[in-house]
Amino acid sequence: MQKTLKKYLPIFVLPTGVAFAISFLIPFVMGLYLSFTKFTTVTNTEWVGFSNYIRAFTADDNFVNALKFTVKFTIVSIITINVFAFILALLLTKSMKGTNLFRTVFFMPNLIGGIVLGYIWNLLINGVLAYFSVDITYDAKYGFWGLVILMNWQLIGYMMVIYIAGLQNIPNDLKEAAAIDGATNRQTLFKITIPMVMPSVTICTFLTLTNSFKLFDQNLALTAGAPAKETQMLALDIFNTFYGRTGWQGVGQAKAVIFFILVALIAFIQLRLTGRREVET
Amino acid sequence: MKKTKISSILTPPILTVLAVLFVIPILLVFINSFKSKFYIIGTPFELPDKETFVGLSNYIKGLSTSGFFEAFLRSVFITVGSVILIVICTSMTAWYITRVKTVFTKMLYYLFVFSMVVPFQMVMYTMTFTVTSLNLDNPVGIIFVYLGFGAGLSVFMLSGFVKSVPNEIEEAAMIDGCTPLQTFFRVVFPILKPTAITVAILNAMWIWNDYLLPYLILGTGQKTVPVAIQISMQGAYGSVDWGGFMAMLVLAIIPIIVFYLSSQKYIIKGVVAGAVKG
Repeated sequence: MQKTLKKYLPIFVLPTGVAFAISFLIPFVMGLYLSFTKFTTVTNTEWVGFSNYIRAFTADDNFVNALKFTVKFTIVSIITINVFAFILALLLTKSMKGTNLFRTVFFMPNLIGGIVLGYIWNLLINGVLAYFSVDITYDAKYGFWGLVILMNWQLIGYMMVIYIAGLQNIPNDLKEAAAIDGATNRQTLFKITIPMVMPSVTICTFLTLTNSFKLFDQNLALTAGAPAKETQMLALDIFNTFYGRTGWQGVGQAKAVIFFILVALIAFIQLRLTGRREVET
Repeated sequence: MKKTKISSILTPPILTVLAVLFVIPILLVFINSFKSKFYIIGTPFELPDKETFVGLSNYIKGLSTSGFFEAFLRSVFITVGSVILIVICTSMTAWYITRVKTVFTKMLYYLFVFSMVVPFQMVMYTMTFTVTSLNLDNPVGIIFVYLGFGAGLSVFMLSGFVKSVPNEIEEAAMIDGCTPLQTFFRVVFPILKPTAITVAILNAMWIWNDYLLPYLILGTGQKTVPVAIQISMQGAYGSVDWGGFMAMLVLAIIPIIVFYLSSQKYIIKGVVAGAVKG
């Protein structure tokens, strides 16, 4: 079969391959190269070595601030989202009427696009803050917690569904055995339930991690970095470096490469961790 | 035992309160879309009354002036076109590179997997250049661009499924005289259908909601829904038509909710299956 099929390479692979090359592969290689050059257009470049990378950190505080803000936001999001999602999953797996309806409602925000989500919460948060005669751009902490709430609203339902699947996979005998041995509810939760859903915990942690770390649309729509770029996350800072200031495209591309390396590192760690868990269970 | 009883009595009301809290943001936009534009920002929690209620005028006036209907149709065209193209092309590619084992197909597979890790910001500037220099910067061309960006996840998921399918049926079809194309469309594709549905749902949601890619390629001249929403808030500070804006948000959400309620079983399953993307 392989032999006859082989001749059909142009039909089966070419359309996807060409599209992939044009929109991803070639731009990726060009991007790597351009991060070492000073350029205003892609065809007009001048090799400058690592100076873009140095400028990304030293020319101003934007990138470092964005990195700090992103890390802070990511950590808070991971903790809040996973704790709430896990509690919801626990509540919903206690056989009860209407479970499906709740699941439907909690999952829904996940499907709405980032820009729309950002403006929904912009309206809501500004509506609340109006009672104190301020708005979301008044102080960076409003923007920060606004983003955290938005992210919770968007991802809790998604993570909850994964946790529910994990919880339902726990064999009932284990819990029954624990009950017979006289374990309290708390003991059953910490000694049986949580260890048994660890694979789901790993998946959800990394899902919230990458989603929060790469956040762009929600950030743009909710605060657009205001006040004074204090709520600007990495992806938005990269965008603004590219398109906000002429002559800074090289620096923008260097920041993008650093961003890529960070994201790839996270993915790599995840692969190692989940791979190991699969062997264990 | 008393403890569990209390918690099981309390659970339904707690969940109900939470569910209401989850729906409120969406409801809020919906309610405000019927209010006059002067009574929205700052007082979104007030229900429309005689003075502030404007009926459907936000939907009619606000939307026709901002070119939202064209944007809506454009978004539908791009999403549907891209999803069809992605599902057909990537399932063909996935089948081929799983069944034909060469250095080239192996390398291609790893490149597709690799592309899932790379954030969009890494390629956005240079991609805009390649796409515009090939004159793909129009609503038809962008479908081809989406094929390139959707290829990673789609090929990865589909070839994972192909691996689990024994190839005896395909070989029998080929021996009976089917060409590879006939074999693919009559035998393989029907088997791939469950995964193809998942791939279609994931891509449809991503493309419908995508903002940055259409903004960079099509610009503000040929807006999609997310671009239209973002643009109407940008650069027009003070003169934003909040009424029309609320109507826009509602019309951007409604197709998603309808789609979700009509096939939520597939969607939840699909989104969770897509979690591998990470």
